[in-house]
Amino acid sequence: MSNLAKVTIMARETNNVNVLIDAIPYAKLLGVRGKEGSELVFHLPPSESNVGNPTLPAIHGGAIGGFLELSASLHLIMKMEVLKMPKIIDFSLDYLRAAKLVDTYARCEIVRFGSKIVNVSVEAWQGNENTPVSKARAQFLVE
Amino acid sequence: MTNNIEDYRKLCQVMLRSNRKDHFDAIGIKINKVDSGFVCMSIDYKESLVGNPDTGAVHGGVITTLLDSASGFAAGTVLDVLGLTPTIDLRIDYMGASQPHKTLYGEAEVYRNTRNIIFTRGLVHQGDKNYPIAHAVGTFAKMGANTFKGYRERILKAYDQLELPNE
Repeated sequence: MSNLAKVTIMARETNNVNVLIDAIPYAKLLGVRGKEGSELVFHLPPSESNVGNPTLPAIHGGAIGGFLELSASLHLIMKMEVLKMPKIIDFSLDYLRAAKLVDTYARCEIVRFGSKIVNVSVEAWQGNENTPVSKARAQFLVE
Repeated sequence: MTNNIEDYRKLCQVMLRSNRKDHFDAIGIKINKVDSGFVCMSIDYKESLVGNPDTGAVHGGVITTLLDSASGFAAGTVLDVLGLTPTIDLRIDYMGASQPHKTLYGEAEVYRNTRNIIFTRGLVHQGDKNYPIAHAVGTFAKMGANTFKGYRERILKAYDQLELPNE
């Protein structure tokens, strides 16, 4: 069994997505954490290494995109029943507001779980969940 | 005042190099080419970008960052006045996983420049342009006329203060 499969089982059994996050270097680079004591909400703490525009300062659009894409895949891995790594097919990202350098959160929803294709929507916010900074849709192949 | 490409190249250098610990630095994005309506950037492989530790492939988020950056900078090259273009949306198709230990190249071009919106398309490959691993289309906003007042002077000053390595 692959290492990723082992940590996936452990993360699911303990219902702790951070076990999985700790095994993914890119997740550590961004600094993503599963929010404690809540139903799968992802947290991106403010970090200088995610800044794209120093004059505002704003989080790099790519870091926001990476955060949403990573959240979608982690959410799916945690919710799936089989031990397969979903492959991303496409990702569509709407930037609604500039992302300030503050705590950013993301919540995902599996819109459709088909026999092969899974559609996941993601929403990220700062401060007020009703005014999202960005929304995304990701489609994965699970075979 | 028109946007000259030399000034814009300096803006790109300032964006990438003025803040040593920012996201450009964390990911390791480099500028390969900046022309009017076209930008090529690259990311060298490193362990901290890996999304699947079993295969060593970098995470899709890294490719998103490369395409967002290359597309955004390409959009900026067609502005009349030196400035930046916020991303409205970006759509990426992933045709295959990236190969580990190989550089990622992101190329983006402006295919239509309208009064308020700039339309881009781009791709990511690992050496063979005919075999892209990702493709993207993006839309970028043009800001109001006064948004970048005095910006050129600030950028050129910041450029003069950059410590550029020998390349």
